[in-house]
Amino acid sequence: MKNDLILRIAAKLLMPFMLLFAVYVQFHGDFGPGGGFQAGVIGAAAVVFYAIVFGMAAGRRLAPEPVVEKMLAAGALLYAGVGLAGIALGGNYLDYFVLDADPVHGQHRGIFWVEAGVALTVAGVMLKLFYMFAGRDRDE
Amino acid sequence: MAATVVAMALQRNLFGAVVLFGIYSFLMATVLVALDAVDVAMTEAAVGAGISTVLLLSALHLAGGMEAKALERPLVPLAAALAVGAVLGYGMLGLPAFSDPQAPIHTHVAPRYLKEGPRETGVPNVVTAVLASYRGYDTLGETIVVFTAGAGVIALLRRRKRR
Repeated sequence: MKNDLILRIAAKLLMPFMLLFAVYVQFHGDFGPGGGFQAGVIGAAAVVFYAIVFGMAAGRRLAPEPVVEKMLAAGALLYAGVGLAGIALGGNYLDYFVLDADPVHGQHRGIFWVEAGVALTVAGVMLKLFYMFAGRDRDE
Repeated sequence: MAATVVAMALQRNLFGAVVLFGIYSFLMATVLVALDAVDVAMTEAAVGAGISTVLLLSALHLAGGMEAKALERPLVPLAAALAVGAVLGYGMLGLPAFSDPQAPIHTHVAPRYLKEGPRETGVPNVVTAVLASYRGYDTLGETIVVFTAGAGVIALLRRRKRR
């Protein structure tokens, strides 16, 4: 689809809004529907869309595969790390109340980082799956 | 939705089946919106109709477009599916009535989450509060599951590539 002018222009116009929407869903999850899981999927979908329109090579340049692979582990580790931070600050595992002097602020902080971890892992897995399937040839 | 499922089962063209699957997911998302479960509806629309469709299409690219003809009539799986369906239907008879306020799920911890959640966590969206805070362990487990699934697929597909 690389040579389709309308698709290319539309993709270029849509990309910023898709990524912005992913970020919005991520950070607005406290107030409206959304959160790390949905944001991760939407962000990954934006990159997948880009890769479909401009070709796999362009997609790989946008989100290089080694980075995507590291996102998988980084997200899970970030989530687990928030739990350990709770212990280090004198609470239980995944206890957010101790993350800040004000317990409610601590909750906010904990949820923020946890959601970031979820988004990283989910986006990484989705992108990696797409790369693995789309990168193979039929007779391989 | 029932119509799309029947059409999907009868469809021999896999591309058609994938498209019907996407339609089914979007219908499911509208049902979830009607049930006021906006978070779940969003996930269904993004994952079920969006990413799954793309993954299925790229799998189609590898597998070819038509379903292979069955070598024999698969009666045992049909019987197994009917039996499981019957058991599930029987089990549903024991569930409390839909949106019954006295159902056990609504009388255990849910009232506390709803009452104390906004004060304790300061998060207006109860779904987020429950998901990330009260049920933090569950969500951690889910993240690990997603990670493990991704790592498993990577391990499987990569070994193939090297051969």
